[in-house]
Amino acid sequence: MMKFERKDLLGIEDLSRKEIEFILHTARTLNEVSNRAVKKLPTLRGKTVINLFFESSTRTRTSFEIAGKRLSADVINISKSGSSIEKGENLLDTAKNLEAMGPDIIVCRHSSAGVPWVLAKNLKASVINAGDGAHEHPTQALLDIMTVQDAKGKTDGLNISIVGDIAHSRVARSNIYGFLKMGAKVTVVAPYTMMPHGIEKMGVRVSHQLQEGVRDADVIMMLRIQQERLGLAPFSTLREYSQLYGLNLSVLKNCKKDVVIMHPGPVNRGVEIDAQVADGPYSVILTQVTNGVSVRMALLYLLAGGK
Amino acid sequence: MGASKIRRKMKMGTLLITNGTLIDPKNKKNGKWDLLIENGVVKDILKSGSVGAGLKPAHKNFQVIDAKGLVVAPGFVDLHTHLREPGFEYKETIETGTASAAAGGFTSVCCMANTNPVNDQASITQYILKQAKEKGLVNVFPIGAVTKGLEGKELSLMGELKKAGCVAVSDDGKTVRNAQLMRLAMEYARSFDLPVITHAIDPDLAERGVMSEGSMSTSLGLRGIPNEAEDIIIARDIYLAQLTGARLHVAHVATREGVELVAKAKKKGLSITCEVTPHHFTLTDDAVSGYDTNTKMAPPLRSEEDRRALIEGLRDGTIDAIATDHAPHALIDKEVEYDCACFGIVGLETALALSLKLVESKKLKIEDVISLLTWKAASIVGLRKGDLAVGADADVVIFDPNQAWTVQASAFQSKSKNSPFDGMKVKGRVKTTIVSGKIVYTM
Repeated sequence: MMKFERKDLLGIEDLSRKEIEFILHTARTLNEVSNRAVKKLPTLRGKTVINLFFESSTRTRTSFEIAGKRLSADVINISKSGSSIEKGENLLDTAKNLEAMGPDIIVCRHSSAGVPWVLAKNLKASVINAGDGAHEHPTQALLDIMTVQDAKGKTDGLNISIVGDIAHSRVARSNIYGFLKMGAKVTVVAPYTMMPHGIEKMGVRVSHQLQEGVRDADVIMMLRIQQERLGLAPFSTLREYSQLYGLNLSVLKNCKKDVVIMHPGPVNRGVEIDAQVADGPYSVILTQVTNGVSVRMALLYLLAGGK
Repeated sequence: MGASKIRRKMKMGTLLITNGTLIDPKNKKNGKWDLLIENGVVKDILKSGSVGAGLKPAHKNFQVIDAKGLVVAPGFVDLHTHLREPGFEYKETIETGTASAAAGGFTSVCCMANTNPVNDQASITQYILKQAKEKGLVNVFPIGAVTKGLEGKELSLMGELKKAGCVAVSDDGKTVRNAQLMRLAMEYARSFDLPVITHAIDPDLAERGVMSEGSMSTSLGLRGIPNEAEDIIIARDIYLAQLTGARLHVAHVATREGVELVAKAKKKGLSITCEVTPHHFTLTDDAVSGYDTNTKMAPPLRSEEDRRALIEGLRDGTIDAIATDHAPHALIDKEVEYDCACFGIVGLETALALSLKLVESKKLKIEDVISLLTWKAASIVGLRKGDLAVGADADVVIFDPNQAWTVQASAFQSKSKNSPFDGMKVKGRVKTTIVSGKIVYTM
């Protein structure tokens, strides 16, 4: 059996297909624990996991916490209010202080791209990236790949369409890296204002029109419209965005019959996706959440225990 | 000898620099010449070795420097230095900043106005000059602000700034956003014969941007600054210079189009000059990939295409000077999230070695590099510096163009150590720096 040699899990970009498959294989093995009456393994007893969340999160943080606890790790949550992450804050100082308390794994989320890399370089503890700015969100991509495999039995040759604010989405980037490595074709769909320069160099097809962009899709992944984002809005009104780029039944009518609908959450029903679609038969949104726990258990296990 | 030795208060006397290769491009000298310095000025230029034992020194402290195998050149002139004093002494002081200059072979630096308080009135200029006189190792020429407090709202006191000793005006670090105010600034500055130096980055297009916009910023998830943010302001300011007849100098050109715009303006006969920094002609946005905050600068590192265009601009004369944009920042400004880190790097101590890379790669001749670092830079702000004619100030640098060394940021004379070149193997090292006949740095 393959050994997982990494100290950290920072991004999908530098993972190989083999490693992705190995992580997902481990996740499926651990999945069974979540279906037991007593959902606990002693594997990580005595290990300490710190959830260091500089940016707010419910789903991902809870998912990591549950994953850690199911493996019997001691899980500590540290969250920082947005206001204290300002210029002048010494990131390394924070990291060194945590290090002094001897954690085994630090799970980090930060609104600035690159922070997990800086932590990983400076800490002996393993670092898991739980989302850094608009850069990567590797555990999301892993759980998404797992969910597609569950639904389709494969990833090779599938058409994956990712729709929404690609420019500011770490989910999009990690999924682009991930699905391309897994042999799928990826189309990104957004108005020009939400499409980052040079995205085609990542190997994706670019579309600016929803129906065209999802017509051949086996999987449609809708991204959340962040209404709270700073700066000038990249569209006129939510209503117009919803009319042009929202996934509804009439768009779906012209898609493949067995198309699968995904969303990293939290869902804005009626904005990027209609309730009938989000809660309809093609939606695997809640499977994604369930798989999230398994994937995170697998990573905690591989980084701290499975050596 | 361990650390570099710095002698501040050597008495003036007679100094002979012998056996070296004297390169003084302005006076078209390149060969085996000895330089005789007396009372702080160039006394004579003699055939190498012609000053023999028979020379009777006029002063008791007669000193000879053997520059065998070394280049003897006019001391470098930096158009773009942040000395940080007053206000940011934790990053740099006039004392440490000029020590950094001396270590890099610079004998004159023009210091930018974004201090605290801002150099927008004579009293601040006077303070800077007083500190420079007392603690500075090299000549300091302040640059005043264009607008009060760099706020882009009201004109600074340019008349008194000029009188107090400012050689140009610039809101460097910020762009004058309002075109009408920039027009007035150019007209006002022209009245006092002050060049206006533009820091050309459209603040709206660049808002919250931290690196060049392109496939690298997309892949790193960092917010990009498009090339056009620079090009638009360069174009705007060229048109305003055309309208007002002002002397415009474009700081740190970093884009291909920026170079083209300046070339076109020059062809029209406008009074436009521009500079480039060593980091912009050495690095590209690829350097950002590890999130090292020492790769964060304004303007940002651009593409390979832009970098090549900058070198071409140096070759064809569109770019008039190499300037360092020496921007020291303390660890607490840099050991932070990439988004939060301050813009800029220490530049004075690596400028020569990085510029000499262009000689090694046969892009420029060594005389060209020296011109760009000396008299050409000086003439932009009207300084009578950067050449070694008889009677000129004896500001001299002696360097070994072939000595290989490894950049070690921790050994910088600058108070700050923020450099993306830390650990880089380079060639060309300053051996001795002389200001007005006094040795201010020896390696």
